[in-house]
Amino acid sequence: MSTRLEKKMEARRQAGRKALFIYITAGATGLEETAETVLEAEKAGADVIELGLPFSDPMADGPVIQAASVSALRNGMTTEKELELVRKLRTRTDIPLIGMGYINPMLHYGFEQYARDFRAAGLDGLIVPDVPHEESAELRAACEKAGLHYAEFITPGTTEARMEKTCAGATGFIYCVSNNGVTGVKSVDYSVIGKVCDRARRLTNTPLAVGFGIGSPEAAVEAAKHADAVICGSAVVSRLQEGKKEEAFALIHDMREALDAAYGKENA
Amino acid sequence: MKKGRFGAYGGQYVPEIVMPALEELEAAYAKYKEDPDFQKEFAYYLKEYAGRPTRLYYAEQLTKHYGRAKIFLKREDLLHTGAHKINNALGQALLAKRMGKKRIVAETGAGQHGVASATVAALFGMECHVFMGALDVERQKLNVFRMKLLGAKVIPVSSGTGTLKDATSEAIRYWATNIEDTHYIIGSAVGPHPYPTIVRDFQSVIGAEIRSQMAERGLGTPDYLLACVGGGSNAIGTFYEFRGDKDVKKIGIEAGGRGSRPIDNAKTLSGSGEPGVLHGAYSYLLQDEDGQVVEAYSISAGLDYPGVGPEHSYFKDEGIVTYDSVTDDEALAAFQRLSRVEGIIPALESSHALAYLEKLMPKTSPDETVVVCLSGRGDKDVAMVAKALGEEIE
Repeated sequence: MSTRLEKKMEARRQAGRKALFIYITAGATGLEETAETVLEAEKAGADVIELGLPFSDPMADGPVIQAASVSALRNGMTTEKELELVRKLRTRTDIPLIGMGYINPMLHYGFEQYARDFRAAGLDGLIVPDVPHEESAELRAACEKAGLHYAEFITPGTTEARMEKTCAGATGFIYCVSNNGVTGVKSVDYSVIGKVCDRARRLTNTPLAVGFGIGSPEAAVEAAKHADAVICGSAVVSRLQEGKKEEAFALIHDMREALDAAYGKENA
Repeated sequence: MKKGRFGAYGGQYVPEIVMPALEELEAAYAKYKEDPDFQKEFAYYLKEYAGRPTRLYYAEQLTKHYGRAKIFLKREDLLHTGAHKINNALGQALLAKRMGKKRIVAETGAGQHGVASATVAALFGMECHVFMGALDVERQKLNVFRMKLLGAKVIPVSSGTGTLKDATSEAIRYWATNIEDTHYIIGSAVGPHPYPTIVRDFQSVIGAEIRSQMAERGLGTPDYLLACVGGGSNAIGTFYEFRGDKDVKKIGIEAGGRGSRPIDNAKTLSGSGEPGVLHGAYSYLLQDEDGQVVEAYSISAGLDYPGVGPEHSYFKDEGIVTYDSVTDDEALAAFQRLSRVEGIIPALESSHALAYLEKLMPKTSPDETVVVCLSGRGDKDVAMVAKALGEEIE
């Protein structure tokens, strides 16, 4: 039985289209508002939502998402409230929801319980950027047991040997980091990650999603060339944080249009 | 033990982008650790440039003051740049040089490690970027200017609450973005493997010297070893040599700050810390009920870190080292006491270890010995202490 995420990715792939993942920090613009934001993002053209689960020390994130995390925590975001948010969203949408959070809150809650509770709430997968493959066994096992996808990472610096390990057990999608850096970096040469994606493609059938530094429709098209999906975070989050919601949704819409124009909407 | 672990603690909880750099560092360190040329060069700079070995000073006046065990001070404060941080900075800069890196990035709390990093970068002709919490930039203006004089770029970090932990995250981010030509000199025995091991090895000269200096005096091993613990680099450097000596009582002193709530102190091991992950390692951590990291507090900018080096967590669980704390006020009193009694102005960090003598000394006897690691000198803290004592000096 395939999952919500697998179904969505398979449908996109069969249509020759690229999927668009949009990152939204849970609670960053107010605890009540996130659900509406997610639904609007879906309406604007997002295929998958990456729900940012705020952490006090988000090592892999750039200034925009760091600031959004701080806002979310100040707004009173907690693991319990994240669960509530997912439950609430599940009554209103079937869009794949992938949580992106850091290990410590998960560890504190207990991996198995965490995976089980979020799966029960309706989450489809987890991305944990401060856990490299070597440290992931326990968390991966907990996700697997609960039925959550666990995203592995590859980067331009990932060696062949590491790539074989990470790709071997990957399900759902593989997070391909476009550059050596943190989220929100501008002007990236996507040909570098493109080559990495091509290498990964030979090792796995799991969809590849490119993220980091994708802030415009042009960048999305460019980044999608060698992948199945692109992930846009900081560009959307910064607009949301500045209160420019319409601009954020317009950006999602423009990315959707650009991706579909470039990658065969007519075949859909 | 698993690779990069001290018991259950340690590990490599970093983004995938950082992994190749850690692997590169691990391989380079494994190679140079055994390389006599590297060790010779390191020893040369420790001696000729930094001023090792540091004195093990018999603090006769302080001993008289308490009238109990003999007190010795391991004078890391007499090193070039005024603190033990130079030991590690020199070792890592030499490592970076051999790895072909052109730039040093470092985080700093009190500014001592930033100054040490800027110093070695100047010495070896490398570019240096120092990330420092905006609040610390304010608290430690003198060290900020020192770093600038040495040619380093000081970058204030205002994310989070603008202290050491935020500066550390930012330094890691910068490193992740510039991994090819940059080496990150972490300043304490914290962070992902292999850093806690590298920093410990470069600092363990402290304990090794204590052992031989005590032996030279015919005093055998010390009965007590005291060192302050923030991230824990001077403490691990002091204790490591004696980890197998059961009759050497090793006590790490944390910052008890201004109260018992987690946000009012930095009692990671001696207070309410629980194991968790921060800055790449699994170790004791001050955190809330949701696993969010709590801001630690101390009057000392070098101790207000909510985490601690993973080897200390292991030493705590195994009972190899005991961890306790003293308050801001007790540290301030010790700062003044050593100044008056011995004519030595200690760093506020080291003052925490000295303050513990108040608790310890009544339990000791005149035939015993106590060695305190005087990790740094107090010049940098004079303005802060004046303010705390209500003196106007500006």
